[in-house]
Amino acid sequence: MRIAALLLAAALLNAGENDSFLIRNATVHPVSGPKLNNASVLVIDGKIAEVGERLQTRAKVKVIDGRGLHVYPGMIDAATLVGISEISSVRETADISEVGEFNPQLRSSIAVNPESEHIPVTRANGITAVGVLAAGVSGGFGFGEISYIGGQISLMHLDGWTWEEMTITHGAAMQLRLPGIETRRFNPATRESAATPFSEARRRQETNLRKVKTFFEEARRYQTAKQASPATLKTDLRYEAMLPVLEGRLPLLIPAVREREIRDALAFAEQEKVKIILVGVRRPGGAVEEIAKRKIPVILGSPFVPIQEEDDPYDATSTLAADLHRAGVKIAFASLGAQFARNLPYQAGHSVAYGLPYDAALRSVTLNAAEIYGVADRIGSIDPGKYADLIVTDGDPLEIRTQVKMMFVKGEPVDLESKHTRLYKKYRARP
Amino acid sequence: MRIRTAFILLCCVGALAAQQPRRTLGEALGKKQPLLIQNATIHTITKGTFTGSIAIVDGKIAEVGEKILAPAGAKVINASGKHVIPGMIDCHTHIAIDAINEGSISVSSMARVGDVINSEQRSIYYALAGGVTTGNVLHGSANAIGGLNTVLKMRWGKDAAGLVMTEAPPGIKFALGENPKRQGMAPQQGSQAARRYPGTRMGVEDVIRQAFIDARAYSFQWKSYEQSRAKGENVLPPRRDLKLEPLVEVLEGKRLVHAHSYRADEILMLLRLAEEFDFRIATLQHVLEGYKVAKEIAEHGAGASTFSDWWSYKVEAFDAIPHNAALLQEKGVLVSINSDDASGAEIMRRLNTEAAKAVKYGGVSDNDALAMVTLNPAKQLGIDKYVGSIEPGKHADLVIYDGDPLSIYSRVERVFIDGEQYFDRETDAMQRRELDAQKKGLIEKEKLDERQRTPARRPS
Repeated sequence: MRIAALLLAAALLNAGENDSFLIRNATVHPVSGPKLNNASVLVIDGKIAEVGERLQTRAKVKVIDGRGLHVYPGMIDAATLVGISEISSVRETADISEVGEFNPQLRSSIAVNPESEHIPVTRANGITAVGVLAAGVSGGFGFGEISYIGGQISLMHLDGWTWEEMTITHGAAMQLRLPGIETRRFNPATRESAATPFSEARRRQETNLRKVKTFFEEARRYQTAKQASPATLKTDLRYEAMLPVLEGRLPLLIPAVREREIRDALAFAEQEKVKIILVGVRRPGGAVEEIAKRKIPVILGSPFVPIQEEDDPYDATSTLAADLHRAGVKIAFASLGAQFARNLPYQAGHSVAYGLPYDAALRSVTLNAAEIYGVADRIGSIDPGKYADLIVTDGDPLEIRTQVKMMFVKGEPVDLESKHTRLYKKYRARP
Repeated sequence: MRIRTAFILLCCVGALAAQQPRRTLGEALGKKQPLLIQNATIHTITKGTFTGSIAIVDGKIAEVGEKILAPAGAKVINASGKHVIPGMIDCHTHIAIDAINEGSISVSSMARVGDVINSEQRSIYYALAGGVTTGNVLHGSANAIGGLNTVLKMRWGKDAAGLVMTEAPPGIKFALGENPKRQGMAPQQGSQAARRYPGTRMGVEDVIRQAFIDARAYSFQWKSYEQSRAKGENVLPPRRDLKLEPLVEVLEGKRLVHAHSYRADEILMLLRLAEEFDFRIATLQHVLEGYKVAKEIAEHGAGASTFSDWWSYKVEAFDAIPHNAALLQEKGVLVSINSDDASGAEIMRRLNTEAAKAVKYGGVSDNDALAMVTLNPAKQLGIDKYVGSIEPGKHADLVIYDGDPLSIYSRVERVFIDGEQYFDRETDAMQRRELDAQKKGLIEKEKLDERQRTPARRPS
């Protein structure tokens, strides 16, 4: 203890001016543990140094009085189009959903526009990190492309001068769309949907699933060949990108809405011996126990969507998170788009009204996403050693009327102004 | 085939067993039992918020106060710890109808939403469960001048005629900007849709102006005819024009114009065009850039019915800000917040928390935020004499929440329309179990039938 204090003191001597500070007298919600009343958070060089009820300052760091305020870890939108899609109806402003069936080599990070208007708008509501999708998923936006492997989700900070500075990890998960039984398909070009008989849709699914499995098989052979003779093997970027998936280091992110799709995904994971994350689950039915038993995490889209089937209960989308949590499934919320990304906390809050325990709700927009993507050593809670991604609020961030007063990303203060506040101020002043 | 039969059967059960309200004894006798909701936090909207009771007699609010006597024979509901607000009013929705757009022509004022009401669409129940009791059901936005609206009460279980709020003045939908332009722009590859005028904002103005010139001439024809007849002349009546009649009603101030609009330029254009023809726009719908011309909207006297925080889904929505509602109100415009829901009714299920966003962005008071989904839309629709606040004499359209109605953690528990309970969360839960049992029974029966039928169907 004494030694730790000495080390800390040594660090304090060289603390950076802009990314070192102490917030004190605040209510601190670390998420990883119970809340601390009248507590302090010490940040040194962009990292959380210490959290506690009686912290002494030994260096000349800036002190922020947090009286009456609350400190939470910055929230994480587990899957979004923020930064990669600007105006969802205009193809030219979006860089998702590349041409081709298998694109594991693509990474969304390098197509994130740091100047996107969505970035300040989203972070103003307390979101400091996002998983940027490489391809649209169910419930989000796509442009009719039908990639099976759409690319890698990158985990990005919502602050930085370049995409490079924003990147937390280039490959947080690999997006895989498993072929489903599609009896009705919407064509965005004609805005019409065409019906296919069930038997034909089923045959098509089997054919396409063989394609996917063949690709995995090819990647596996590449892996074997590489192990056998790394020097002579011609590099193939697609198979190369699949290696972390085959080695179980990179999870597949698979959209699965209904029970049948979920069971297909679980079966695929078992056959191919890969790690998976389910995304966009909406009607898991009897598959809930199976998801829990296999410890498959689930990234949930918004509960603010239409009820899917006529005989579903009126609150089916509201109780979903609670149902999964009760069964023991680890959940994280995601916007799956850009427009409503700032409403991420309300997805969780609304689920509390319909049975999700509050602490689980808070975790589902912070620490759970970090754990699912394997970056909980860096983000997701207020613990020493992690990035100082913090928000300071005047109350519960899952409540709509709460205001985010301050934000820090890697310890640097972040501007909470946006295109929206600028236009508001400009026209409010119009005589 | 078999699968499809089972599916249809399930759908039927869904529609039939779907949470139908039960007839009370009073209703069976042709009279409604009086009600007393007591010990609740009552948000009257017009007369403050306090803990007290509401007495309901004959479907109307009889008395509201901190201490009132129960009407004779009243059923008492103890709402201790609960909050009561007026039934919410959605000033822009497309639920409960089988068609939304008659988009083939640029003026479709002869088309009536009232002709395609689907009283069995589940969205009515979803809206009800979200605390919305009245909805302005509008035609779509494909044409500069769209079809005629209908105002519905969410009396789930009643037939189409039983849903209509007969007290509401008639209205018509107009639309500006990208949507009416779309069919005039070069068709997208693979689209079969024919091109038609207009394809620009200039064309949209022209279409509306021309329509009102025609309507004025048509009105003049009828007036001359009536005058000639009054003089005893034997004259033929003009040929009736169902497209122009509603526009004449607009000119005469008898029909409300609800105008879909986004950008400040098109909003200003329509205000000036209406002033040219000496009528007032009742509501600008969506009106996402309304905050830029709030002064002009206030001077004209139009209401604004907007989204809470939608933006960036198309080019004309890129300057939308969540402060729109608050800023418009600050500059003197009557503001409501709407859903624009189709059959999924996803926003009508939580219109209360959409209103809470006006508190967050722009700092309106809690009461003013609630007014944006109750009293203000009632005023905009010309029905505030009947609904929109908790006052004696108004319809007993009430929502009981288990907590603060602007909190994300609150849930609708019961909903009353005209003093009758149309939604109750406990009853819903019970009926859900009954529905599950019925579904299981049907599936078992279908399996049994299949086993019995199979041999006969096997090809020989």
